[in-house]
Parts: sequence; structure tokens; C-alpha cells
Amino acid sequence: MTPGERDQLADLCARRAGVRMEADADQLQARLGAVARREGYLSVGDLLGAMRDRGEERLVSAVVEALLPSRSVFFRDPAVFEAVAARLRKRASKARVSMWSAGCSSGQEAYSLAMLLAEHELSMVEVFASDLNDRLLGQARSGRYSQFEVQLGLSSQRLVRHFTDDEDGFVISTALRDRVKWRRHNLLAPPPGRFDIVLCRYVLGWMLPTAQERALCNLLAALKPGGLLVLGADERPRVAAGLIQASDSAGAFEAAASLPTAA
Amino acid sequence: MKTCLVIDESCTVRKVARRILEDLGFQVAETERGLEALRACRSAMPQAILLDWRLPDMSGPEFLRRLRTEAGDERPRILVAASEARLSAVRAALEAGAHEVVLKPFDAEILGGKLALAGVA
Repeated sequence: MTPGERDQLADLCARRAGVRMEADADQLQARLGAVARREGYLSVGDLLGAMRDRGEERLVSAVVEALLPSRSVFFRDPAVFEAVAARLRKRASKARVSMWSAGCSSGQEAYSLAMLLAEHELSMVEVFASDLNDRLLGQARSGRYSQFEVQLGLSSQRLVRHFTDDEDGFVISTALRDRVKWRRHNLLAPPPGRFDIVLCRYVLGWMLPTAQERALCNLLAALKPGGLLVLGADERPRVAAGLIQASDSAGAFEAAASLPTAA
Repeated sequence: MKTCLVIDESCTVRKVARRILEDLGFQVAETERGLEALRACRSAMPQAILLDWRLPDMSGPEFLRRLRTEAGDERPRILVAASEARLSAVRAALEAGAHEVVLKPFDAEILGGKLALAGVA
């Protein structure tokens, strides 16, 4: 891959998703090689050539998706889930509560929330999840995970309680799958609704500064009055200064102090 | 120092497990068979045991039964390593008293995560 081609890909990630492309040459080759094979091109060079010549939206999306960071595990930062459960127990017994897993990747966070709801018998909670990556959303919708994926963050008790299995891997129970509504959504666009709790963890950290700011404003605009925005543990200082106040000594929570409607 | 006993017939599995556990700050002991492992536990009970579910000389459930009668108040955390990636295997190990089940092959991230879930990270 030429430096020029690399720059073009980085530019594409920045424009489409506001994301800083950090993959090295080998990673780019591996990820784009997979797209090339899937789309019927002989090499990454052919794929990039076709993308430039034809500018076909489907192809451009597939390439951008392959370049976005996508790591996802169940119950990442367990303290966050305990804090969410505590908050839900207080509020969801009285009124309907809605949650949004923003940048949900292959769905582990949304399903972790769904498991939590089942375990605490909280039926008045809606879980909404979105990602820009169609392929990952497809996996999320199917609720199907490999033997490696179900071992990251998920206890064996939860695995046997909430999953079924077959020769090809593990599948989340139908009851939990039905609980989550999925949609393709770009965080740079206005939010898809308003929510009591928005989780957007380890997503903003990959974004370019201007994109970060725009995404953060969109996330804050998605909060109902008194709502809660939860970011990744290390994402607070870089993106949230001035807009968000820490509300929990464990650092698990970032609560919107007062909604900056003008932001 | 945290201690872990690795019980597995395969020398490769023991080697991989030892490297991961030592990186996590464990002091590691190894045995190939159940009887040897019970002897090792009698002389020094580890905080954690990584137990292959198919030992050459006794079954996983039998090992756990015998360990329980001998361990008394000392209760090591039990991680079972299962070769078969099926829920039935996970369920059987949990019912026999395992705290967590690791499916083979495992890497540092998986084993470290499971140890944390079992409360011995």
C-alpha cells in the first residue's frame, strides 16, 4: 500500500466517522484483505482501485467499517454495571427507563445490560443499541458469539444462564435478544432519540478532537432531563472537561451536571 | 504471594498456564495427575487450582469431591479447564463445584479474566 493510499483511507475514516485511523500497514492489509475476498477482488490494490473509480457507497462503507476499532467484551468495567443496576433499581420500579448503548460494536455491552435487567427482574427498561458498522450490528442482532468472545468478561454462571449453544458457537437467549433494538447510527449525526442512560464507552477516545466534541454534544442532546452519560474510564479528561461532572468516587460514572442545551 | 496449582496431563498446557500465571504474579506448582495434586494440596493448599476436567487417573468431579473432604476450611478457588467448548461441559463443572470454567485453548486475557471473575486476580 502506498503512503498516498494510506492517507486516503485515513481521510475517509476522518470524514465518515470522525475516527483517527491507527492501524499499521500489516493490520490494514489484513483487514482490507478480508473485505477484498468477501467482495470478490483479487487484491487490496484492486479493491481500493474499484473504490476510487466507482465510488460505490456499499464498497466505501465496507472499507470504512473494516478500519474502525471494534473491540468489545461483556461487562467491561464491572463497577459500571453495578452502578447502572443500582440506579435502575431505584428508578425503573416506578417509571419506564430507556438506555442507549452508543457505539455498541458486536453488542456485548447491550447484552450485558439485558442480562442485568433479567437478573434484577427489571421489565420497565428499554435497551437501544447502535453502531456505524453494519457487519458488527449483524453479529449483534444474531446474538452469536465465538468460544473466545463468550469468555471475555462473561462469568460461567452467566454463560450457562443466558446462552444456548450449537456446533458453531454460543447464542444469547431469544428473550434477551428480543430486548434490544438495534440500529445503524453515526454518532456525528443528531441522536436517534432521548434516553435516561446513555453509555458511550471507549468510542470517543478514537475520534479526532472536532469529531469528539460534536459526538459528545449529540450524546448530551440525547439525554432526558436528569439523564446520565457514561463514558469509558480513561475518556473523562480528554473529552468531557467543562461539560460533565464526575458523580462517583469509583470513577465508574460520568453524570451530566446540568444539560448544556446550547452546546 | 498468590499461589496456583496447575493440574494437566499436557506439558504444553502446563507451560502456557505457568507463563500466564507467573506474569500475573502467581507462584505456580504443577502436577500431571489427580493423586499427585491431592498430595500437593495436603502439604500446601494453593489459593487457586487450574484443573483439567479429564485427568488420567480420576475424573474432574471425583477430584473436587476428594479435595473437599481433605481441604476442610481451606477453600481454594477452582478454575476448570474444559476441552469441549459446550455449555453442557460448563454446566457440569459448575455443578461439581467449579467457580469458573475456562474453555481450551485459552490465552492470557481469557485466563486473567476468569481468575478475576473467580476472585483471585
